Amino acid sequence: MSGEIILETRGLTKEFKGFTAVSDVNLKVQRGTIHALIGPNGAGKTTVFNLVTKFLPPTAGSIHFKGEDITHEAPAVTARRGFVRSFQISATFPHLTVMENVRIGLQRKLGTEFHFWKSERSLDKLNDQAMALLESVDLASFADSVTADMPYGRKRALEIATTLALEPDMMLLDEPTQGMGHEDIERVVALIRKVSANRTVLMVEHNLSVVANLCDRITVLTRGSVLAEGTYDEVSKNPQVLAAYVGSDNINDAHH
Amino acid sequence: MNSKSYLETKLPLLFGVLFVIGLVAPFAVYPTFLMKILCYALFACAFNLLLGFAGLLSFGHAAFLGTAGYVCGMMVRDVGVTPEVGILAGTVAAGLLGWLFGTLAIRRTGIYFAMITLALAQMVFFLALQIKETGGEDGLQGVPRGHLFGVVDLSDNLAMYYLVFAIFCVGFFVIYRTIHSPFGQILKAIRENEPRAVSLGYDVNKFKLIAFVISAALAGTAGATKTLVFQLASLSDVHWHASGEVVLMTLLGGLGTILGPIVGAATIVSLQTQLADSVGSWVTVIMGVIFVICVLSFRRGIVGELQVLIKRSGVN
Repeated sequence: MSGEIILETRGLTKEFKGFTAVSDVNLKVQRGTIHALIGPNGAGKTTVFNLVTKFLPPTAGSIHFKGEDITHEAPAVTARRGFVRSFQISATFPHLTVMENVRIGLQRKLGTEFHFWKSERSLDKLNDQAMALLESVDLASFADSVTADMPYGRKRALEIATTLALEPDMMLLDEPTQGMGHEDIERVVALIRKVSANRTVLMVEHNLSVVANLCDRITVLTRGSVLAEGTYDEVSKNPQVLAAYVGSDNINDAHH
Repeated sequence: MNSKSYLETKLPLLFGVLFVIGLVAPFAVYPTFLMKILCYALFACAFNLLLGFAGLLSFGHAAFLGTAGYVCGMMVRDVGVTPEVGILAGTVAAGLLGWLFGTLAIRRTGIYFAMITLALAQMVFFLALQIKETGGEDGLQGVPRGHLFGVVDLSDNLAMYYLVFAIFCVGFFVIYRTIHSPFGQILKAIRENEPRAVSLGYDVNKFKLIAFVISAALAGTAGATKTLVFQLASLSDVHWHASGEVVLMTLLGGLGTILGPIVGAATIVSLQTQLADSVGSWVTVIMGVIFVICVLSFRRGIVGELQVLIKRSGVN
């Protein structure tokens, strides 16, 4: 917590055919914090996500993870550094079982992922570990279910368990509570708080009450640029931020 | 959930029964007809590995079937190698061609992937038609079946049948094992959600390429074997019709099911054989109608629908 920067972007810019989605974003995420990226629709939050996880190449600027320049790395290589993202729509493997989903995350450690001649029973040694991960997100009783049959909130929990299987230093969550009811939101918030111990989390989130009680630091984006950065209290009193959330004089009304 | 494992526990028994049927079948049915079914079944199983388990629709698999047929035919007829060496040569040639096709095609997905494979396969067809060595429209004729390992005379239909059956079983096992391997697990994950597989640190293109090469090589095994059976490497095997037929077989039998392609191949080959005598060229129209009915009313294919039925009755 000594203020060490784990992720940094310098002058990050992305242009799509004359439209600048992200413009000169300098982001610094401190190790061990939960950092939120908020902003109105179309502010470029998801684009920033896609850029730092290398799913999109930036037009200009650089990205540094643990002090190393990862700007031109392949996305899978970046993931293997312990920098793992989630997606806006729950990212599971719907027709595999819940247990198999988590095992996909664990499997790379065995180094047998290209072994097409080996029996899949060789993966059974991962079952205990997978079960422990499922227990940590309260999904142990679903282990043998086909993922597609689970309710939405559970799928998000499974996604987090699969991400945890990689033992990432840093997790990126893209709107983890989107489309959820109250109970599910509470469960996921508790889960994020639990898994963020000894980890850094960067999340895009629309629900400002979630941001308020979960995140240490907040960056507000509008039209692709950083508008403000600070703690929730600082940001929520910033008049520019309030103006950006058009149609609401109070930032606390801005969430849906 | 339990019904899935119920089906899986019955699978070895089912394989056993099918194996025995395969052993006695030539005493009940004309062996050449059975060999044709087995060749197409292996072809369809190889195709299904790619489409059903990696989610890649290749529209150029005829290139592997046909090329392997030519290579095997030339090796056996002109070089004079024994049949098993010919089949091996055809398999390796198809695998190399698959590596080339795959390297170019996996950069794109969906319809573009299909179009690249089709375009490349058309080039192979053009070559096969134009160069002297492949015999143009006549194909490679008069390929001798020869003696297996220089010992067993394959001009005996029954001996040939058991060789084809053995090749099919080995090919089928390779596919089954690939699907149920650590590699196959990741392949399924890529089919289900490719961006997620990337975000978990997997180089998805490597997995796709390996799957493509295995699929192409086994399609080649089928083509090489077929050449020996009919003593002919035919131009129609590199024609895009063959690429389309294998899609039909796989969809009709059940995409992504382990036995579906076999059922599909058997159905289509039987229909073609039966109908060719009675309705002539109308057979193409009938195949088209079957395809439409299949896609509209039982999209899971024959085996896929059966599985759902068994599952349902298992739950109730």
